[in-house]
Amino acid sequence: MIPADLRVMAEQERERQEGFRCRILVCAGTPCLSAGADAVLETLRQGVAEGGLDAEIEPVASGCMGPCSRGPLVKVRSRGKEVIYERVTPESARQILFSVVKGRKPPTVSPLPPDFPFLARQERVVLANSGAINPERIEEYVAAGGYGALSHALHEMTPDDVCREVSLSGLRGRGGAGYPTGVKWSLARKAPGERKYVVANGDEGDPGAYMDRSIMESDPHRVLEGMALAGYAIGAEQGFVYVRGEYHLAGRRLEGAIRDAERKGLLGSRVLGSNFNFRIDIRTGAGAFVCGEETSLMASIMGKRGQPWNRPPYPAQKGLWGNPTLINNVETFAAVPAVVGRGAEWFAAIGTPKSRGTKVYALCGQVEIAGLIEVPMGTTLREVVFEIGGGIPSGKRFKAAQSGGPSGGCIPAAFLDTPLDYESMERLGTIMGSGGLIIMDETSCMPDVASFFLDFCRDESCGKCAPCRVGTVEMHRLLRRITSGTATMDDLAKLEELCELVGTTSLCGLGMTAPNPVLSTLRYFRDEYADHIRQRRCAAGVCAMAESPAPGAGGEALLHAMGVPGEVE
Amino acid sequence: MPVITLTINDELVSGRRGESLLEVIREHGITLPTLCHMEGLSERGGCRLCIVEVEGSPRPVTACTTTAREGMVIRTHTTRLIRYRRMIVELLLAERNHYCAVCVSVGHCELQNVAASLGVDHVRYEYLSPRVTMDLSHERFGMDHNRCILCTRCVRVCDEVEGVRTWDIAHRGVRSRIIADLNYPWGESETCTSCGKCVQVCPTGALFTKGATVGEMVKDPGMLRRVLEGRDRKEWEG
Repeated sequence: MIPADLRVMAEQERERQEGFRCRILVCAGTPCLSAGADAVLETLRQGVAEGGLDAEIEPVASGCMGPCSRGPLVKVRSRGKEVIYERVTPESARQILFSVVKGRKPPTVSPLPPDFPFLARQERVVLANSGAINPERIEEYVAAGGYGALSHALHEMTPDDVCREVSLSGLRGRGGAGYPTGVKWSLARKAPGERKYVVANGDEGDPGAYMDRSIMESDPHRVLEGMALAGYAIGAEQGFVYVRGEYHLAGRRLEGAIRDAERKGLLGSRVLGSNFNFRIDIRTGAGAFVCGEETSLMASIMGKRGQPWNRPPYPAQKGLWGNPTLINNVETFAAVPAVVGRGAEWFAAIGTPKSRGTKVYALCGQVEIAGLIEVPMGTTLREVVFEIGGGIPSGKRFKAAQSGGPSGGCIPAAFLDTPLDYESMERLGTIMGSGGLIIMDETSCMPDVASFFLDFCRDESCGKCAPCRVGTVEMHRLLRRITSGTATMDDLAKLEELCELVGTTSLCGLGMTAPNPVLSTLRYFRDEYADHIRQRRCAAGVCAMAESPAPGAGGEALLHAMGVPGEVE
Repeated sequence: MPVITLTINDELVSGRRGESLLEVIREHGITLPTLCHMEGLSERGGCRLCIVEVEGSPRPVTACTTTAREGMVIRTHTTRLIRYRRMIVELLLAERNHYCAVCVSVGHCELQNVAASLGVDHVRYEYLSPRVTMDLSHERFGMDHNRCILCTRCVRVCDEVEGVRTWDIAHRGVRSRIIADLNYPWGESETCTSCGKCVQVCPTGALFTKGATVGEMVKDPGMLRRVLEGRDRKEWEG
């Protein structure tokens, strides 16, 4: 395939789509499927077939549309107009289909208003095609301008130009740390080595976060195009997508996408008629959170035990099989086609001076509409929670938002007007992280939240270094004492000391950031901890407190022989 | 080999290019505790006891895995580092069931020595007291998981020196266990050559020779060096 063929393919697909009077898109992302989207789609397909409307109406399985808690979602697109229906059942789907055929309003279901803030307040760059195309058809991605950036780069830009463009855009890593993507690419480009690798990190493991899954499910070709651009920029011929083991659908769609792209000459040998060769393979995780850490991820790709190694050397110098390796998050790669295709200046104009572009967040927890949103960097938490998310359900008060999952921290109500960007969040003692936002209301108990995340880290610690392996367990035990009303103030001091140790001396990012949920809840909600310990009282009513007072230091719980047998096993 | 100069505890010292910080530090007579490090094996950086402060680095680094570079400014015994080391040893002691008084290695145990040298005379953390077992299926050796600190010296010596890799780690985090083959009893392992190197490199009483009773398991710290040097000299060929 050469660039002209790409244009023809796009043109044909657009014509095909315009040939329909109406296209009904049913979200086939994991959240909507679990709410029954496949039954809805089946009903629509049956309805269309029975009515002999094949030439007029096309039911399409699309990617994620956003307001996941309101699924299954159905989007009716006719003559340039779009309406979205929420919580569609097979019954209401029949009504919608009937109304489309007759050109009337459906009697009992009404679409979301056109100015529905959840949808209207977003700025979709990475998610531009999510919920707008069928992720399993490469033609639809191409018709939406897909692979245009790759074609442009291969024929009109040098690899250095691509690196420069990414640098100028100010794009930063979307996986958590916010390392400038352009710098990473330039380092990998300059690193000496005959073989180089590109790796997309799709091992998203933070509780409550599913941005990467949704991108891989809804627009897999965008990730592949971003990776191919990276391969061209750094001089790599092989890429790997590391997909979390639990993400079956994402893995399947990526697999199909790679096959289609290779068949059309958009991946593989001599991509788009150029001299650039690029193959992509999928590696599936086996259920270890630590494999989201780049060195563990590479160990896993190489077939070793998923454990981190000491950096430096960094992957850009010595990664897969000792070769320079570029690792970026799936969302970072998904932003690249837009950066290269529409230009660095356009991208850099979005967001704040230090954090450019848009960010996808998975909004969940105690919020009216939970789902996936994409907003410019620097949007305040208040806008996200109250305008886009529709506020807190049943009139409760906002208490805090947990960002960055178990590696992040909380943002309390006093800082609702904080702009969500890398620097501002760091100042508050949390991190942007991969973009999970868990909203908590007054019924959440902060020591309990910290205990939940520590339990997660304890369970996910790989066991290589002693501070993380044992420290997280001891921290979790201390937190459990606090939430059960058996702790002393001495335990709190011990907990803080352990936070310092584990955060400072652990080998990899998992251990280094494991204390963050404790530190940040302590920073803003120390009173709650003190309440639990001194008064044995849980204001939120979450923790079941012990009746008897805490055993003092040296009390029975500390006696060696009294350890609960089998507990660690 | 070119020489580099660095500052350790306010003293200018020299080292050879390519050496690790740990080597330079020890060559200058400074004692730095280690448990997973062993000369002749690859570095793991897992016990985190050899952490040192490097000027310009936001957090301490492990001396064993850091290459010494010209002009580095190192501190090895700040109060913070000493406190961290003590805490790590406390955590290690709390992790499994280290009953020194009845251990085959008491008096010859690296963990015990490190704890004593750091002044760890009690453990402030809750003992995890896991219910782990002993593997006595091998005819000559025994494995006591109660004493294991997961330094993986046995795994590495088996893989890198004996070239067998009988040992490996199963599970993760605090549930990690050293296993033989695919979790077989040691005595049923088809790969084990019964060379006994793992027993000699084990820092604690986790791996021991059968028949040893309390305090009788004295390990041979020079064994690995003799094996490696002998191999270099082709002592056992021909």
